[in-house]
Amino acid sequence: MSADERMVIVGAGQAGLHIAEALRSLGYEGGIELLGEEFHPPYHRPPLSKSWLAGEMDATQLIMRAPDALLRKRISLRTGTKVRSIDRLHKQVCLVDGNTISYTGLALATGSSPRILSLPGVNSKSVLALRTLDDASSVAKALALCAKKRLPVVVIGGGFIGLEVAATARKYGLDVTVLEAAPRLLSRVLAPVLSDWYVALHESRGVQLVLGAQVVSIESNSDGYVRGVCLADGSSIEAGLVLSGIGVSANDQLAKEAGITCEGGILVDSCSRTNDPHIVAAGDCTARKWANGRIVRLESVQNATEQAKSAASALLGNERPFDATPWFWSDQYDKKLQMAGISLGADEWAVRGEMNANTSEAGFSVFHFSQGTLLAVDSVNAGKDHLLARKLLDSRVSPTVKQVTDLSFNLADLLR
Amino acid sequence: MANITFIESNGNSTTVNLKDGWSLMQGATANGIDGIIGECGGSCACATCHCYVDEERLGDLPALTDGEMAMLESVTATRRSNSRLACQIKASAVLEGLIVHLPETQE
Repeated sequence: MSADERMVIVGAGQAGLHIAEALRSLGYEGGIELLGEEFHPPYHRPPLSKSWLAGEMDATQLIMRAPDALLRKRISLRTGTKVRSIDRLHKQVCLVDGNTISYTGLALATGSSPRILSLPGVNSKSVLALRTLDDASSVAKALALCAKKRLPVVVIGGGFIGLEVAATARKYGLDVTVLEAAPRLLSRVLAPVLSDWYVALHESRGVQLVLGAQVVSIESNSDGYVRGVCLADGSSIEAGLVLSGIGVSANDQLAKEAGITCEGGILVDSCSRTNDPHIVAAGDCTARKWANGRIVRLESVQNATEQAKSAASALLGNERPFDATPWFWSDQYDKKLQMAGISLGADEWAVRGEMNANTSEAGFSVFHFSQGTLLAVDSVNAGKDHLLARKLLDSRVSPTVKQVTDLSFNLADLLR
Repeated sequence: MANITFIESNGNSTTVNLKDGWSLMQGATANGIDGIIGECGGSCACATCHCYVDEERLGDLPALTDGEMAMLESVTATRRSNSRLACQIKASAVLEGLIVHLPETQE
């Protein structure tokens, strides 16, 4: 190994940190530069819309690793560092401050950015998106202000972030309206049966839901703060905070400009490799071609950490394919949704347990099938089902609908 | 506040002073203790903060929830009767002096 051997990681979030740590646990001894655009050290994002926003933990509790732990692993973390471009020919990255860093291997873990609403008045104060800790701090301040002034909250977008913030805002006792353009909630990720269940859940907790909502503009007061939103049907809704949660796009600009293949994200194989043999990518910024030819972009903690481990292996010349069942979770009120697999394309579903939004303790799972083959399982307050589902899906074992609905049948028996 | 001692599988022992409300997972990762990963950030969703708690102190801990019990079934290292997830145990004076052993692997 030459003395100037160096792996450069662009992005110091969940994926970036795990690439760095995986390189060390795989025995890599060269330099590791972890470049983060934010001024914070790597932190956990999932609580930002949940327990952190609810005031149940402080920001120091979000930090993933203490600075001395990174030092001990000889991971050089540079926060507040923005990369301007990648020079693949000379194998170096050029920073916005004019400096360059040469690399033997480069990992892109640049994450994703919230899609911006394109509406008149979108620049009003307290029209916010939630992605980073700084974003979340702004949302927390706006929620506190709404509580003080008794102003309602409007959420644009009935996806996970929007619904999690809606649930948190209800904890503050605020009036909340969720506006969703599609005819149902979470339409991109959940089957209709669960969309309906989420409608019942949020309505039972006092959230106003408008499905098929067409927002035409955002109105502000003379002080620049948002006053409300106007809908296409001529109605308007008062708001002291408008939270925009209309999805994210992959941060693939750097890669694109460097001529790396992108298709709605940096295109990687199951080993996190791009079309440049010296460059890998992991996490929200990637899109992956599955065995069935579909290109899928997953935004999840599991995807970030697993792709990161594969990326670190690939940088060292080894293949570590990540092909485990995707999983994801969302906490809203006292309900923990855990998803295993992807239900898109299912033609049949069956419920294990009882689906009732108002029963606080009871859990249930929805099993999704395509032509009798298990595709995905969405569990609510049923962690045991979720883990079992991951095992069933990983080993391609499908229960029958009758077995699923029969609570006296032990699904674990299918794995023995 | 509570002083908690983490003992890694290689014998390394570190005692940290944890503020009330901090989970053992947060205490370990924030203090640079290897052997706990905490992938999901404490949402009881990943089972990478598995630890073994001093048997005699099990009664001082919050009761196992169904969610934690389910996650414990998928820990990588051997599950024992004193296995817990560090993200589900929050510090308070009751835990003073607790000794927590960390498994060889979390993944």
